Amino acid sequence: MANLMVDARNVRKSYGSNQVLNGISLTVQQGEVLCIIGPSGSGKSTFLRCLNHLESINGGRIYVNDELMGYRQVGNVLHELKPQDIAKQRQSIGMVFQRFNLFPHMTALQNVIEAPIGVAGIDPEEAKKQGLELLAQVGLQDKGDHYPAQLSGGQQQRVAIARALAMKPKLMLFDEPTSALDPELVGDVLDVMKSLAKAGMTMIVVTHEMGFAREVADKVVFIDKGVIVEQGKPKQVLDNPQETRTKSFLNKVL
Amino acid sequence: MDLSDDVVAVPLRHPWRWISGGIATALLLSFIWAVFSATSIQHDIVTKFLFDPRILIGMGVTVVVTVVCMFIATVLATLLAVMKLSDNPLQRWLATGFIEFFRGTPLLLQIVFWGYLGIIFPHLVLGVPYTDIVFLSGKTSDLIPAIVAGIIALSLNEAAYSAEIVRAGILAVDGGQVEAAKSLGMSSSYTMRRIVLPQAMRVIIPPMGNEFIGMLKNTSLLQVIAVAELYTASSTISAANLAQIELLMVSGFWYLIMTTVLGVPQRALERRYGRGFEVVGGRSAPRAFKVGKR
Repeated sequence: MANLMVDARNVRKSYGSNQVLNGISLTVQQGEVLCIIGPSGSGKSTFLRCLNHLESINGGRIYVNDELMGYRQVGNVLHELKPQDIAKQRQSIGMVFQRFNLFPHMTALQNVIEAPIGVAGIDPEEAKKQGLELLAQVGLQDKGDHYPAQLSGGQQQRVAIARALAMKPKLMLFDEPTSALDPELVGDVLDVMKSLAKAGMTMIVVTHEMGFAREVADKVVFIDKGVIVEQGKPKQVLDNPQETRTKSFLNKVL
Repeated sequence: MDLSDDVVAVPLRHPWRWISGGIATALLLSFIWAVFSATSIQHDIVTKFLFDPRILIGMGVTVVVTVVCMFIATVLATLLAVMKLSDNPLQRWLATGFIEFFRGTPLLLQIVFWGYLGIIFPHLVLGVPYTDIVFLSGKTSDLIPAIVAGIIALSLNEAAYSAEIVRAGILAVDGGQVEAAKSLGMSSSYTMRRIVLPQAMRVIIPPMGNEFIGMLKNTSLLQVIAVAELYTASSTISAANLAQIELLMVSGFWYLIMTTVLGVPQRALERRYGRGFEVVGGRSAPRAFKVGKR
């Protein structure tokens, strides 16, 4: 159990009377790639946002790298963490969004080096060097001076990945990273994610790309109506699903 | 016969544009003629006082007061806007109360109030309450001369108005920006300073340009507490030589020049904060930031 990166125990989340997550438990080992699939509105994105405490949870516990997210437990009592402590926890968790959310007033390189300089306190020259290396890693070494609006969707998403990697995270969360892209641009982004997985990054990916899940994932989880319906090896879940809900979902998307 | 399919068409005529344009030009010319030919206006007095040292000094005071007030007001306004958007209820109420109070009473009234503060509180003491520690003490009229009272009045009033402009600018920034900043481990104050406010500037600057021009003209109200700005200078001169209209024309001319010149830095600022938002090569900026810019 030494290398447990994510340990989610019975996570529950509701907006008012609307129960979105109904007791989700799963674990991710260090270096593992987990793909979460499921119909829209199933709670898979919400679960991802709970992992880095962008959303607070109503029940259960989330441990990332052995740290309880968002709270401090003293005996049986939970204390809310201070905002700066939560910010600290988030530094080791990178996140990539469906709509990129690049900072439009900064160039690609500035997007990548903003947090390393301003949050991690890295020397600007050093950050710039690392930033250019990261841009090269996602195939955009010549786009550093471009503003997001001057880049294609696929390029923007790759800058966003480089930006998240710049904080040297231990875990990367991907929230439908290719859903807002034109079909011909999806491949470039998936390639970057594949090489990241190959390099040993721990990743949790909410996706509709079944091909990616089959090829890269160590484990696939199917979520519907806020509960895990089925989980296992990609072959097992995607090619030989046991549950009727999984079968009918896969019939629709494959 | 040339069978090219180029569109060579006789342009549509717009006769009414020409007719209404002609009428407007005639009216404008006759007004200018009326002003220049009016025997009741002594044009030599206008030209004589246009560069009078007292007028020019008054203009300097107007510029300084305007810049100082707008600086203080902008800083306060940003603070008030952030307070009003805070999740701390005390901060929200304080900001709301301040804004309501200073928007809800006439500016002229506020100027007179600050100008006559010495009548209500003849002595001012700044220290720690219930102790003998005193940092500053003296007669109110010495500590707060008319020009300081004027600056306080204009700044506080302007802060209340500008706070709503800044708040609108902050609200116009896409929520995904804050989420991205949070996910990178940025604190909320860092996010506000580096991510949200620079983007909000695009929305804030055009109405703030308006406020700047408004401030420049509102400094003329300081005449009621005898601050020696442009309008006070011109009315002091006209009180002596009785050439009221002529001196109004003098100060009016300079106000017009100053407000026109102000447009230059505004356009520079708009370009500065518009970086990254231009529509380039057919690819448009994110929908939330799209502006009808040709």
